[in-house]
Amino acid sequence: MVRTVSAAETAPQTYAWPVKAEGLRVQAGRHLAVNGLDLALGTGVHGLLGPNGAGKTTMMRALATVVRPADGRLELLGQPVHTRADLRGVRRALGYLPQHFGFYPRFTVREFVEYMAWLKEMPAGDVPGAVQRAIERVGLADRADKKMKTLSGGMLRRVGIAQAIVNDPQILLLDEPTVGLDPEQRMTFRDLLRELGADTCVLVSTHLVEDVVAACTDVVLVDTGRLVWQGTPQELARWGAAGDAGDSPAERGYSALLRTHRAGTR
Amino acid sequence: MNTHANADLLARYVAGDPGLDDATLWSLETHLESCRACRARLGTTMDGGTVALLDRVHRELGQRIAAGPAPYRRRRWWSFGRRWTVAWSVLPWLAVTVGMLATALLFDRAYPQYPSMVLLVAPVAPLFSVAAAWSRRADPAWELLTATPRAGLWLLLRRTLAVLAVLIPLLMLAGWRAGQSPARWLLPCLVFTAATLALGGRIGVQRAAYVLTAAWAAGVMVPTVAEREPSALLQPGSQPGWALALAVVGAIALLRRADYRRLTSRN
Repeated sequence: MVRTVSAAETAPQTYAWPVKAEGLRVQAGRHLAVNGLDLALGTGVHGLLGPNGAGKTTMMRALATVVRPADGRLELLGQPVHTRADLRGVRRALGYLPQHFGFYPRFTVREFVEYMAWLKEMPAGDVPGAVQRAIERVGLADRADKKMKTLSGGMLRRVGIAQAIVNDPQILLLDEPTVGLDPEQRMTFRDLLRELGADTCVLVSTHLVEDVVAACTDVVLVDTGRLVWQGTPQELARWGAAGDAGDSPAERGYSALLRTHRAGTR
Repeated sequence: MNTHANADLLARYVAGDPGLDDATLWSLETHLESCRACRARLGTTMDGGTVALLDRVHRELGQRIAAGPAPYRRRRWWSFGRRWTVAWSVLPWLAVTVGMLATALLFDRAYPQYPSMVLLVAPVAPLFSVAAAWSRRADPAWELLTATPRAGLWLLLRRTLAVLAVLIPLLMLAGWRAGQSPARWLLPCLVFTAATLALGGRIGVQRAAYVLTAAWAAGVMVPTVAEREPSALLQPGSQPGWALALAVVGAIALLRRADYRRLTSRN
């Protein structure tokens, strides 16, 4: 279906990076989970890698404007979001799938995505079409009118992705979207990621290095709340030596980079 | 083209004559879209093969549409209702509040010589339901919700209004059965609700509801019950004071609306 393109969409952008963080510090409880992060993300699919407790989820939450950074600067689409400013404009252009995706069990898939579209302040006339499109893109068209409590874990994850992309976001944040997806679904998901990455800044947090290599144009490696390394998946693969832990060049590169970083900070 | 198409033009159009220029073609097609008579003449101009092809397309498309899923019928009122009832977690608290009101009413009818319990309970009756409507523990999609543009004081206000829309008629009913005019309790009830919102941004809506209820219980309920004297705060004469308090507390809630923009551990 042909979509109407508004003047705002064709206007030239006035910022260099959709996501720009400088010296970002974010608290998770009393602990500083993100500690002095400098990051610039452009259009494309960025894979966020890092060990457990590296601050990935807290970083995602800060980028999703859910928590306010304790210190530092964070700009999304050229708008500062580390202040107490009104976030509505930025949030309309955001898509976010949290790590713990909560939902209303009595809602059908369509009702839930519709409700999220309403929360994202989409024009009422666009909602039915956008909801159908989002549900079709994640391959749940045949389940659209089933109650969410009847869905499996992988399907719920896909509903989560559908609600994140329903407003055609300019920044899409997906926290472990592939958990619970079977291999075939992961393959379809990678295609969707590549499609979305053409005109969106997508940040995908994951534990699976193979997902990053297959679907991402850029790798962001974090540890202890700091940026360790940023580059392409091919560059990541080149970092690994034969002696490093891992079953693929990229995995070996991942462990080599982490090891070097830890040796340097110690 | 406002004039009807002539037979010669239609014949050339059907034959796909390359001699037809774009302007003529477009105006003919625009005219055909709106003119039933010319479309009918177009049908009779076509040769048998084209008609058969169109018939087949029509038949097969019809079959596929019939075999596919039915188009989704949007239930506008249903989704509107869903939006309002999304906080199911409020229901238990509403039930508790109704139970409390019923008990207070029974007490009033059994002991008419004591100060009215309905009147004492009414000002703080909605607080716990309001707290339940804005709680990260009770709302499963809390984190999703906080990242949306609609999240914030206005969404909380919508949910508060939904709670009040249920509770105020019930309070009216209980007040009427207990012989208490709404002029005595309605403004205090709104003040406490607004104060919960004003304070909630700082310390969490739930904690605000606890603090305010405890303050009301200690400051008014206990002395009233102990002295068996109706509180001066709930007399018709104190209403201007409550109206002023409502304006002040409402203004504070509006000024502090930025507090509701983020996910805080306090809720």
